[in-house]
Formats: sequence, structure tokens, C-alpha cells
Amino acid sequence: MTDMQQMTMIQAINSAMDVMMERDPTVVVMGEDVGFFGGVFRATAGLQDKYGKNRVFDTPITECGIIGVAVGMGAYGLRPVPEIQFADYIYPALDQLVSEAARLRYRSAGEFTAPMTVRSPFGGGIFGGQTHSQSPEGIFTHCSGIKTVIPSTPYDAKGLLIAAIEDNDPTLFFEPKRIYNGPFDGHYDTPAKSWAGHPDAQVPTGYYRIPLGTARIVRPGEALTILCYGTMVHVVEDTVKAMGIDADIVDLRSLIPLDIDTIEASVKKTGRCLIVHEATRTSGFGAELLAQVQERCFYHLEAPIERVTGFDTPYPHSLEWAYFPGPVRIREAIAKIMKD
Amino acid sequence: MTDPHDIGAAQGEPGRNLPPLRLHVPEPPARPGESADFTHFDIPAADAAPRPDEAAQPATMRDMAYGLVRVLDEEGAAVGAWNPKLPPETLLRMLRAMALTRAFDARMFRAQRQGKTSFYMKSTGEEAVSIGAALALSRDDMCFPSYRQQGILIARDWPIIDMMNQIYSNKGDRLNGRQLPIMYSAREAGFFSISGNLTTQYPQAVGWAMASAARGDTRIAATWCGEGSTAEGDFHSACTFASVYRAPVILNVVNNQWAISSFSGFAGAESTTFAARAIGYGIAGLRVDGNDVLAVYAATRWAADRARANAGPTLIEHFTYRVEGHSTSDDPTAYRSAEESSLWPLGDPIARLKQHCIGLGIWDEERHAAMDKELAEYVRDAAREAEKNGILGHGLHHHPMESMFEDVFEEMPRHLKEQQQQMLDEWKAAGL
Repeated sequence: MTDMQQMTMIQAINSAMDVMMERDPTVVVMGEDVGFFGGVFRATAGLQDKYGKNRVFDTPITECGIIGVAVGMGAYGLRPVPEIQFADYIYPALDQLVSEAARLRYRSAGEFTAPMTVRSPFGGGIFGGQTHSQSPEGIFTHCSGIKTVIPSTPYDAKGLLIAAIEDNDPTLFFEPKRIYNGPFDGHYDTPAKSWAGHPDAQVPTGYYRIPLGTARIVRPGEALTILCYGTMVHVVEDTVKAMGIDADIVDLRSLIPLDIDTIEASVKKTGRCLIVHEATRTSGFGAELLAQVQERCFYHLEAPIERVTGFDTPYPHSLEWAYFPGPVRIREAIAKIMKD
Repeated sequence: MTDPHDIGAAQGEPGRNLPPLRLHVPEPPARPGESADFTHFDIPAADAAPRPDEAAQPATMRDMAYGLVRVLDEEGAAVGAWNPKLPPETLLRMLRAMALTRAFDARMFRAQRQGKTSFYMKSTGEEAVSIGAALALSRDDMCFPSYRQQGILIARDWPIIDMMNQIYSNKGDRLNGRQLPIMYSAREAGFFSISGNLTTQYPQAVGWAMASAARGDTRIAATWCGEGSTAEGDFHSACTFASVYRAPVILNVVNNQWAISSFSGFAGAESTTFAARAIGYGIAGLRVDGNDVLAVYAATRWAADRARANAGPTLIEHFTYRVEGHSTSDDPTAYRSAEESSLWPLGDPIARLKQHCIGLGIWDEERHAAMDKELAEYVRDAAREAEKNGILGHGLHHHPMESMFEDVFEEMPRHLKEQQQQMLDEWKAAGL
């Protein structure tokens, strides 16, 4: 593709909003600190200057209000892209997301829709403590009527965010903030890497989209399937490389809709499956993946399906690296699956 | 002298000097079997409220949140600065819309009792709140109602058969039988889809109004909630947004004194008015006699003109009384005095407008009786017509069962297609 540029995930996300605001005058960006300041992670930097305060504006600190207002703006005919500053802050907006945005098309039989994309940084690994580290995606995948998308590279972040903004249904776009500025292999005690030189950090400057509901094979392999998304894609990739194991790594990219075909084909090929996510274990999205793989691939399985997840505790500040599903835990799980 | 750090005192041991703390749990003035008493309400004279300029700074009109905007006096004359001086045809249109709403309510309540639907909510005694506002707004202004503003649809001449089809969840129901009865959605009538979750529509209305302003449109938004649900966070988020962006929106609080069985004291009415919520947000607040349709009209018109002039939002408390139960699932005799509705000091909105029209010489008792009879027949005929499309509970045939999977998303994703197919296969395998 022409006009490729090296971008961090932040820059790619910024570029996606820029491209969409240029193309579609109904796209508006709103949230706490997103306007003049450009967001606490700089994701909306420069947008207010370029598109004006009627389209990019700061909001009061009420997530319920932000999403409620976005529902009303959607009903008017705008295409809002609200930011929830940290996914941990999304709970006051739960009713507006789950009972309103997600149900509006259904309850009005299509008279009104909520074509919003809610961007929110999520996940840990930044010493954010329990209120700046959570992964709440499983709360939303449990609710009908809302899509959940999670990128793992700058290239995917831009293409998926453009697809999400263009989508006429409400979409949660959870951004793995640990990898905003560089991939993270899980080795917290080594120097942070940047996106420079990473092949997936070469991003087209213009418009392109990655359809929601398509997984990506990060690395094809035959030994076992590893299902993951977000930051964990990089942790898994590096662990697999270090172990020298021929894993088929599937980056889900979108939980709802889910690319079950790619998952099913992979597990039927390898006969073994590991699921890795940072969110808490019980009723986490991994439980759903495990159930679906079991339903579809039971007679192809050669070992029990394993999960490596966050523990069912709050995200502990000083014990972050014991909580994080890092290389040690992934390696142990792979060894267990491959034992027989 | 008490040592606040004394551990014994902190643990409530006897022998200390501090009085024991008391929790205040509000109690309504009258319970079943007790005499109702509204003498504690301060009802000012109909011409007492001054009318501020539509562009007035909120700080200059705070008294309006504690007074009561009224137009119709005890004799039915229109008096004072708020008299909208409406032409006879508008007055009679108001009267007819309120009477039609009441007739519609009576018919649909009965339909529920006859087992033709699962649920209904009457607006008896509160008709003026919806109809006065709807007639003061432009037809293309957007309404984000709560569940008791059916009068808006009626005032906007929305076909009552369409409303009945929704109530019956029948094959004429445009919402495909998905919503609880009375949770209408009528985009063409500027009527947003009603939610059962309370006051969620408040920030949505503000967002719609903000969008209209951001796009340089001329349309405004209006929303309604009950006094009980002003306690919801959504209410306060909406007031903050409305204030911050000076959104062209009218925030209506219908204070009908009761939130199911909880009297208005559980939303804070013992300590202040609901209109006074506006003061803390720097919003214009008006407190209005909600049983006086001319006062509702005048206040709404004031707020609409204010919004259209970019002078900001208005919060209007409509002081009224919920004459009937909360819904068909409620029995108010279990928690409030039966005398209350007959003793309500602000009367009945239809009777008051009727008296006014008779006083003007444009109406009389005979015409009113004839209108009531005609409207009763009109809703009866409409109900019969709607029932030809079916009533709730007569099988699954009104809407194909597989239709439950539609409109969850714009395009049905794979997992819903699979669930849909599985359901059909199971029913087929069961021979159904």
C-alpha cells in the first residue's frame, strides 16, 4: 500500500479518528480531557484544532452522562465516538450502554439506533492499581446488542477503529494501553520496546478497514492453538518463540462478533487449545471460548483445554506481576497441554 | 466536655454526653384509613407568579422554583402574567386531546383487566402535563418521554390504533411485540423509544439537543421524568450537561407525589422543591401547577422560546397528582389514603379547562357530554379495529418466533443465526 507510515498504536488510533472525521461530518469525539488537551494518552491530540469544538469537546466527569448524551446524539443522526478515560471508569455508564445503546435498535424495531464507538483504554501492566488496570470486556460480551473489539497492533487498531466507527451498532473498542507505545512481551524487568521497526507498526495514512469479526493468525503452527487478544498476543508470541513450540496463535481482534470459523479450524488442526486473557477467570470470555471450542471440537481434542487468565482478585498494585498472566504461567500451561 | 477520640464513646457505650444519632425515614402525611391532608401545601393565588423575561439569568429568577406558575383561578378565569391568551380553537383542541387521552386510558385499562394485554399505565389527572407541553412545542421538536406521556402522541394526532397495536403486541405492532405495552416508539411523531429504566432518557434528550445546537439546527428537545426518579444519577448527569453546554432542552419533572408506593419525600420533597434542583445547576427553574393546562402551556412556551434563543435549558416541575395506581400491577389502596385524589387542592385538569371554556362562552355541558360520548365510541371502535390484528397471548403467530433474533444488530451475526436455527430445529423436532 502507498503512503505507509511508522505509527504507535496511539498514533494509529488518532489517525483513524482523523480519517473518519474528515470523511464523515457526523462523526464527533467527546470525553473527559479529549478536547484542548487531546486526551490523557494523547489519542485525540490535534483533533479539536482541526475539526473545531462542535465536533471534539471535553465533557463533565460523568460516564453515565457521556454515554447517555452519545445515545441522544446518535438518535439525532450523529456518529459519536465517546472516550471513557479508563475502562475501570465505565461502570457508571453500564445502564446507558447495556439497557439503552445496546437495546435501542431492538426495542424500537430499527426506528432509532446507537451508532456509537466507545473507546476505552483497558488492561494492566502499567502499575495502575486496581482502578486503572481492569479488563471488563466479559461484562459486555454477556449483553446482547453490543460489539466488543480489541486490537493488538497499530495496523489493526486503525483498521478496526474505522470499521467500528462506520458500524451502525454500538461498539466497545477496548485499547490495550500497555502496548500503546510499544509491544510488550511480558518481561517487565527488561527495557520497554517501541513500535519502531515492528512490521505491524507500518500503517497506511489514509482510509482502510478491517471487518469486525475476523480473527488474525499471528503465527501459523501445528502443535497447539492459542486464543488471545490485546496485550496478551505479544506475550504469547514471545513465549512461544522462546519455547520453540510450533503454536497456531489466533488473535481474536473481535469478541462479538466472534470469528468462530477460524478458531474451529485451528483447534481441529492442532487438537490442543490454550486460552489466554488478562481479565479475571470466572465467567470471563475465556469460559465462553472454552465452551464453544468444546462444543465444536470435542472429538478432535487430545488434551483438556487450558486457561491462563488474571486471578479472581482485584488487580493488586505492588503484586501486579504476580497477577499478570505472564510468560511463566503461559509456559507452564503449554507444557501441561503438550505433556501427552 | 466530650473527648471525640474516646473509644468508649465511639462504640456507643452508655454514660456519655452526646445525644444518640437518629435516622430520619420519611413518612407520608396519610396512610390507608387515615384522613388525607394537603393543608401543608402552599398554593399561591393564580396571578401571583411574575413572568421573567425568557432570556433572564437563572440567578435572577430563583424564586420561581419555589412559587407556582398558575393561570386558571378557582373560578376558571385565565389571569396573571402567564396567561397565554390562546384562541378558542386551541383551547378546545387541548380539551379534546385531554379527554381523548382519558378515554383511551379507560379503554386500555379495561382491555388489560379483560386479559387482552399484560400491562397498562393510566395518566389520569396528569393529562395537562403532556398535552399542554406538546401543544406549546413545535411538531418537529424531539420528545424523550417517560412512560406516562401518552398525551404527547395524542396531542400530535398520532393514530390511536397504532398505540393500541403496540399495547396488544399484535401483528400491527410496529415494534414486533418486543416491548412492554405503552413503551411506544414513534419517530415520525418526534417521540423517542420509551425505556423501562428510569430517567435514562434525560441525558439522551440533552445529547439530542446538543447535537441540534452543534449542527446549527432550530429544533429543540424536551424530556420528562417522575419526581421519584430525579434521584437517579442520570438526572444529575443530564442537568450538568444541559447547564455546561447551555443545551436547547426542556427538562420536565412530573411531580405526581407518588413513585409506586414511595411518596415524594423519598426523592427529597420534604426539604425542597424539585424545580429547585435547577438552582444548583444554574439552570432556569419553573414550578408549575401541573393540573392547569394553560400554565403548563405557558411555561413550556417560555422554556421553548428561551431554548430557541440560545438562552439555555429550563427545568420545569409540574406539580400534580397521580390519581390512579402506578400501573395495572399496582394497588394504591395498600399504601395511601383513599381520600387523597378527591381532596387534591389543584383539582382536575379537564374539569378546570372545561370550566374555563364554559366561562368564555365557547363551550357548554351538553357539548362536553356529547364529546365524551363520541370519544368513548371512537376509542371503542379503534380498539375493535386493533383487536382484529390480534391481542396478546393468542399464540405466537402475531410475529414469527424467529423474528426475535432480528434487530439485535443491523446484520445478524453468526452466533445469532445459529441460535435462531437451533430454536427452529428444536420446535420442528418436537413436532410443533
